[in-house]
Amino acid sequence: MIAILKYNAGNIKSVQNALTRLGYKSMITDNPSELLSADKVIFPGVGEASSAIHYLKERGLDKTIMELKQPVLGICLGLQLMCRSSEEGDTKCLGIFDTDVRLFPPVDKIPHMGWNNCLTLKGNLFKGISVYDDLYYVHSYYAEISSSTIATCDYILPFSAAMQKENFYATQFHPEKSAETGEKILKNFLKL
Amino acid sequence: MLKRRIIPCLDIKDGRTVKGVNFINLIDAGDPVELAKSYVKQGADELVFLDITATIENRKALAGLVERIAAEINIPFTVGGGIDNVNDVSILLKAGADKVTVNSSAVRRPELISEIAGQFGSQCIVVAIDTKMVNDEWIVVVDGGRTTTELKTINWAGRVEELGAGEIMLTSMNNDGTKSGFSLEITGEVSSNVNIPVIASGGAGSMEHFREVFCNTGCSAALAASIFHFGEITIPELKRYLINEKISIRY
Repeated sequence: MIAILKYNAGNIKSVQNALTRLGYKSMITDNPSELLSADKVIFPGVGEASSAIHYLKERGLDKTIMELKQPVLGICLGLQLMCRSSEEGDTKCLGIFDTDVRLFPPVDKIPHMGWNNCLTLKGNLFKGISVYDDLYYVHSYYAEISSSTIATCDYILPFSAAMQKENFYATQFHPEKSAETGEKILKNFLKL
Repeated sequence: MLKRRIIPCLDIKDGRTVKGVNFINLIDAGDPVELAKSYVKQGADELVFLDITATIENRKALAGLVERIAAEINIPFTVGGGIDNVNDVSILLKAGADKVTVNSSAVRRPELISEIAGQFGSQCIVVAIDTKMVNDEWIVVVDGGRTTTELKTINWAGRVEELGAGEIMLTSMNNDGTKSGFSLEITGEVSSNVNIPVIASGGAGSMEHFREVFCNTGCSAALAASIFHFGEITIPELKRYLINEKISIRY
């Protein structure tokens, strides 16, 4: 069973729809024992960092996330919340990835919205994906490049398009909204 | 590199797709979910669904349609039509819409934009601006073009950005339905005056019109309806043409 973390962020249903299209059963839950016993956990989300962290902490879900041993996939806000800190609402995040989340400097349109390709791609998550494949992004904050970065994207500046540390995977783009390329990446994650 | 987006727009009336010429004389153009799926297959970058007869009674039906669309398609989509409060937005986002668009209601009550942005984030609020050239000036019009306001388009665009809009969908009513091309003037002016993405809309009649608007303005996306619905231009041929013209496009 795939567990999708339920919290006060948007876009959660889209992830479930994508899994259903791929033929996978999933449940949207904030129950710690269901999360801990799932085969895979997806930590999705579109929203605001400080209110999201506040919501997770209030329910002890921050601790549950840190205890997960199975493959976990953070998406968009999920990725940002897995970093050390975010400039959005001056938020202390979960600290899984040793990097910080910053607001794009206003030298081009913000949010970074639309389809963009990755420049470097490492690891199983990107099996079958090339630097010419585009993925859908919508975000105003970005994670700086770090030792956990497994894919970079360039908009205004190079940033982490995807990160991995041990069982924790995360993408800034939305695989569930990225047509066939996104489906390939989701399948790669689900096969881990 | 970030790509310029091609966005087919589906006008919905009573659960069916329609497209008006200058927003009047509607012609039926099919089932929205089937049309949406075919656009996704063809390589559309995003979809917009506008419920042009939105009323409180059919709000529930729209949410049902949004659920069907969300279950079937794997690219982002925006839903609009008659949204005038945060509760409407909540229903549509819960049904699976990625973004919502507001138009006349935001002109009447601009705080609606900040309320939506505050609760759901800027990324999900697209402010649609319909504009018309009146006495040599681009003015905001509402109610599908029937009512002229006092607002200068350029000022209103700046204001909606300040209020937290994530994107602007700009339709020139002078061009809409004419197939004579997008308005390069107002699209260029608005794109260079705001720091959020602008979707050019109204007037697409040929592939050259898309090249023109991408080369001459800073718009992030171009939207069209009837030329796609009736197969006058297919998305793959349009995208191949734009790539040949050295425009950054997803293919």
